[in-house]
Amino acid sequence: MPSSIPPPVITTDKLTKRFGHFVAASELTFQVDKGEIFGFLGANGAGKTTAMRMLCGLLKPSSGKATIAGFDVYTQTEKIKRSIGYMSQKFSLYDNLTVAENIRFYGGIYGMSIAEIRAKTAELLQELQLEKEAKTLVSDLPLGWKQKLAFSVSIVHNPDIVFLDEPTGGVDPVTRRQFWDLIYHAADRGVTIFVTTHYMDEAEYCNRVSIMVDGIIAALDSPTRLKQQFGLDNMEDVFYELARNAKRKAD
Amino acid sequence: MRQLITFIRKEFLHVFRDRKTLLMLFGLPIAQIVLFGFALSNEIKNSRIAITDYSKDAVTEQLISKIASSNYFDIQRTVQSATQLEAAFKKGDIRMAVIFPANFANDLVHTGKATIQVIADASDPNLATTITNYITRLVNDFNTQTALTAGKPLQILPEMQFLYNPELRGAPNFVPGVMALVLMLVCTMMTSVAIVKEKELGTMEILLVSPFKPIYIIISKLTPNLLISVVNLFIILILSSVFLDLHVKGSILLLTFDSILFILTSLSIGLLLSINAKTQQGAMMGSMMGMMLPTMLLTGFLFPIENMPVPLQVLANLVPSRWYFIIVKKVMLKGLGIAAVWKETLILTGMCLFLFTISLRRFKIRL
Amino acid sequence: MITLTNIKKTYNKGAVQALNDISFSVEKGELFGLIGPDGAGKTSLFRILTTLLLPDAGQATVDGCDVIKDYRQIRNRVGYMPGRFSLYQDLTVEENLNFFATVFGTTIKENYDLIKDIYQQIEPFKDRRAGKLSGGMKQKLALSCALIHKPSVLFLDEPTTGVDVVSRKEFWAMLKKLKQEGITILVSTPYMDEANLCDRIALVQKGDILSIDKPAGVVSSFPGELYAVRAANTHLLLQDVRSYPGTATCFAFGDALHVTFSSEAKDLKDYLHSKGHMDVSIVKIDPTIEDCFIHLLK
Repeated sequence: MPSSIPPPVITTDKLTKRFGHFVAASELTFQVDKGEIFGFLGANGAGKTTAMRMLCGLLKPSSGKATIAGFDVYTQTEKIKRSIGYMSQKFSLYDNLTVAENIRFYGGIYGMSIAEIRAKTAELLQELQLEKEAKTLVSDLPLGWKQKLAFSVSIVHNPDIVFLDEPTGGVDPVTRRQFWDLIYHAADRGVTIFVTTHYMDEAEYCNRVSIMVDGIIAALDSPTRLKQQFGLDNMEDVFYELARNAKRKAD
Repeated sequence: MRQLITFIRKEFLHVFRDRKTLLMLFGLPIAQIVLFGFALSNEIKNSRIAITDYSKDAVTEQLISKIASSNYFDIQRTVQSATQLEAAFKKGDIRMAVIFPANFANDLVHTGKATIQVIADASDPNLATTITNYITRLVNDFNTQTALTAGKPLQILPEMQFLYNPELRGAPNFVPGVMALVLMLVCTMMTSVAIVKEKELGTMEILLVSPFKPIYIIISKLTPNLLISVVNLFIILILSSVFLDLHVKGSILLLTFDSILFILTSLSIGLLLSINAKTQQGAMMGSMMGMMLPTMLLTGFLFPIENMPVPLQVLANLVPSRWYFIIVKKVMLKGLGIAAVWKETLILTGMCLFLFTISLRRFKIRL
Repeated sequence: MITLTNIKKTYNKGAVQALNDISFSVEKGELFGLIGPDGAGKTSLFRILTTLLLPDAGQATVDGCDVIKDYRQIRNRVGYMPGRFSLYQDLTVEENLNFFATVFGTTIKENYDLIKDIYQQIEPFKDRRAGKLSGGMKQKLALSCALIHKPSVLFLDEPTTGVDVVSRKEFWAMLKKLKQEGITILVSTPYMDEANLCDRIALVQKGDILSIDKPAGVVSSFPGELYAVRAANTHLLLQDVRSYPGTATCFAFGDALHVTFSSEAKDLKDYLHSKGHMDVSIVKIDPTIEDCFIHLLK
C-alpha cells in the first residue's frame, strides 16, 4: 500500500547565508511536517530573522538547499509566496482600511475569487466575533483583536504554511491564549505553523522546537524530550542553558 | 490581473482617506491657476516712472498725456532735477525715467526729428526690456498718429540708457534672488528637520528629562546651520564673481551683516515649523509648501511685485526674503550703503526678533 | 518617594482613556513593578511622572517635588529610560555616555562605580556606533546613560521588551544590585514572570489598577485552589478539560493546564482516561502572577 503520509512542508539541507565574511546562518538542516506547530527560537542576533527570510523566499541563500511546500527557494520564490502566509508583530494590516476591506484586499492579492472572499469574510467575522466591527477601521480596534484578525487574514487563502514572527508581543494573557486557540484550529485543519516567540511557555505549545545560537541550530526536538535531555523542567531553563554562552551577543 | 486591481483599489482608498494628501492634490492646481492666471504675470501695469520735461511745449504736453493715459505707467511728478532722478533710481522709487531735453521743440520744428532720453533701471533686465519696449511702441504710435493729423511725419526717437546692468545680463537679477531662496530654504528645512528628528527618534524625551535647558537645545540646533549658511553665502558670492562676473559693488561687511540677519530670521521660521511637525517628512513638506512657494513667487525676482494685485503685494511684505532681495540688489548691484537700506534692515530686524521670540515661547517643554 | 493621587489621563479629547483615577505610592529604595500588557497605560504613567505629560486630573510627586509645579527639579534628579531605544544611533557608545554625563553636569569618572558592572559588559565595544549594537547591548547602554548622574529615582519603561531571555535575566540582576545602592526604581514590563523579582507590584490593564501588593500578597489573594493538569497530548487535553462539567476556569500554561473547579473533581482522572489520555497527572499548585492577572481580568 502506498504511504499516505504527506511530504514535509519545509525541507532544508545545509542552508547558509553569508554577508561578506559574516555567516549569519550556517548549514541549517531540518524538516517540518504538515500540520506541525514548529517553534523557531533563538536570541536576538542568533540568525533567526535571516533564516526566516530565506524560508519565505525573501532572501536568496548563499549555499545549501531548501524547499517550501515543495517549491525550490532559489528558482520558485513566486510559487512559494503564493503558498505561504506571513504575519509579523510590526505590521500586518492596513490601519486606515476597515476590517472587511483588509480581508478583501488580502484575499484579492492571493487570487481568491469574489465569491470565495465573500464566503471567507463571513466565516472569519463569525469565528472572531467581529461581525459588528466589519466596517470599523483597523486603527480603532484594540490591540488583541488586531492580532487575532491579522492572523486570520494571513491564512485567508488556506496556505500550506504560515510564518508568524513574534505574533503575541505585548498582548494581555487572555488574548494570548485565545490567539493560540486560533493557531491550534488552523493546525487541526492542516495548516503548518512556523512561529517565533520570546514567551517560553508558548514554546511548550509547539510540537517541536528549534533553538538557534550563533547562527547554527543548537537543539531541535519536542519540548518534552529537550527537557529530558537537559534534565530541566521548563523550556525557559533549556533556552537559558543553550543561549547563555553564545559568543554573538553584540551583533 | 485581479491582484493588480485589488492593489490599485487599496491605493485609492489610502489616498482618499488621507486628508493632507487630498488637500495637496486638489488644492495645489487650483491655487496655481488662480495665482498664475490672475495675480502673477510679467505684464506691466502701473510701473512707476518719472518724466522730466525741460522743453514744456505742445508736443511734449501731448506725448506726456498719452503716456499718462496708458495703464502701463504711473507717473511720479515730483522728480524733476537730475539729482532727484539719481536718488529716486537708487532708492528704487522709479523703474524708468523719460527726459525731454530743452531743445526738443526746437529740433522738432526745424528738423522734424528729436530725441528723448529714456533711462531704465536694469537690475531687473526683463522688466527693463519690457518697459522700454512699451515706451518705444508708445512713442512710435504717437509718431504715426501725429503724422496722420499734421500731414508731416514726426520722428521722435527714444535713446535708451540702462543703469546698473548696461548689458542686460540675467545674473544681476537672479543671483540675489537665488541667494534669498537658497538661504531661506536651507535654513528653514535644515532647522525644522533637525529638531523634529530628535522628536522622532525619541532622544528629545531624554533631553527634556534632564537639566539641559530647552534654550540650549535651540541654540545648539541653530548654530551649525548659521555657520554653514554663512559659508554658503560666501561660496555663492565667490562663484558669482568668478563665473558670472558679478561683483559686490558696495560694502561686503554690510552685506554680510544683513545676510546674517536674514539667516537668523529663516532659522527662526524653521524653529517655528518644527514645533508643530511630528515627523521629519512633515517638517520637510511644511518647509516646502509653506516657505518655498511664497519665497519663489513673492520675493520679486521672478515676478515684479508692483505688478501684482494689492492683496498679494501686502502678502509679499510679510515675506522676509522680499526685503532681503532689495537689500542685496542695492548693496551688490548699486553699491549703496546703510543710508539706502536702513529701512529694509530695520524691517528684517523686527521680523527676526518677533519670530525668534515667538518660537522660543512656543517651544514645547513637554511632549 | 513617588506618590500618585487620582491621576487621570485621556487622549483624543476623551476618546481614549489611558489612566482612570490611579493612586498609589512607592517607598524609597523600593523596586516597584508595573505589570500589564500594551495599552494598560504604563507609558502614560511614566511620562506623567517624568514631567513629560500633564495629567488631566490628579496630583503626583517625585522625591517630594510636584510633577507640574516643580518639574525642573524633578528633571535634574531622575534617570529615565523610555520605551524605545532613545540614544544617538550615530554616536559611539563612549560618545553617548560622555554626552549624557555632560548634560547632567558630571563626568563618567565621577559615578563610574555605579555603572561599572553594567558598563564593563559593553566597554569592549565602546567605539562602536550605538545603532549597531544588539538589543541587549542597547539596553545596557541606555541604562548606563540613565544612571550616570546617580539619580535618586530611576524610571524604566519596558526595558526588557523584545529582548531575549538571557539578556532579560542579566538586566534584572543589574536592577537588584542598583537597589542595594538605595536607588528607588519604578519599572514596567509586560512579562508576568518578572513580577516576582520586584518588592511590590501593581497589575494594570486598560488604565485601571487591578491589584497592588507584594508578589506573595497578590498570589495569596487568589481565590480557591489551583491545579495543574498534565497529559501526553496537551492540545486535546485542553478541549476535554474545558468540556468537563466541574471545570470553572481552564487556561493553558505551557505543558500544563491551570484549572479551577466549581465543584469537587474526584472523577476527572477517570473522565480523562475514558477519553484516551495517557500520563494524566493532577497536582495542586501555587498560583503564579499570571494566574492572578487572568483572574482579575474578568
